[in-house]
Amino acid sequence: MRVKLLSFGVLKDLLRVGTEEIEVPAGSTVADVLQIVEQRTSNHRMNHEVWHSLAVAVNREYSSVGVVLRDGDEIALLPPVSGGAIKDGAACGRNHER
Amino acid sequence: MSVEIVDSAIDQQAIVAGIKAGGDGAVCVFDGIVRDNTRGRKTVHLDYEAYREMALEQMTRLAAEAVEKYAVRDVAVVHRLGRLYVGETSVLIVVASAHRAAAFDACRWLIDTLKKTVPIWKRETFADGVVWADGEPFPEHLAARPQGAQG
Repeated sequence: MRVKLLSFGVLKDLLRVGTEEIEVPAGSTVADVLQIVEQRTSNHRMNHEVWHSLAVAVNREYSSVGVVLRDGDEIALLPPVSGGAIKDGAACGRNHER
Repeated sequence: MSVEIVDSAIDQQAIVAGIKAGGDGAVCVFDGIVRDNTRGRKTVHLDYEAYREMALEQMTRLAAEAVEKYAVRDVAVVHRLGRLYVGETSVLIVVASAHRAAAFDACRWLIDTLKKTVPIWKRETFADGVVWADGEPFPEHLAARPQGAQG
């Protein structure tokens, strides 16, 4: 089946995915698509922190990695959002709690 | 409720004037503007981009949730995309309510939640370089947490 893949912000630069369609086996999950993207970009220096802080939307709804995809689904890879005004504070890195 | 994503200047006066009604005792406005620096680095301009359809859906949902959660009468949420310069408004949130406490609370909740969940990103052009802004970490229930990418 074919699914549409989108990425935004820093991920668009890192993954070199803008908007494209990819072929995946029936029954594939969000995690499977992430693995395909990761393998494809493994020659590049993938920013570990960005990869682990992303969210995924399926058909414009936030989704977990276990979601099973259907033909024609739109999967978007979203880095942490930064709309609105610039955030205050002096912290330079991301504020991960893990 | 008025929820919009626009590509040109946000007309704050018109939006504030348009939301007022007889039963309101307070209109609370949050005007998010482009600052001239980030952590001391001089900002030249910002470029905002969005996953537009999803961002609009998310903003619409937040607006409805704010009205219900804080029992305010009406809200307007507008975000601008594209290139913005210092002092320009990137996001405007207006809350109309019979009483000020609810208006303040709803306004604060709307901007805080928008900044964590609505798929909009900005690229900052400084006098000495260009970066994608660090985003707010996604709330736990929205993050995908993929495995792999160890390198």
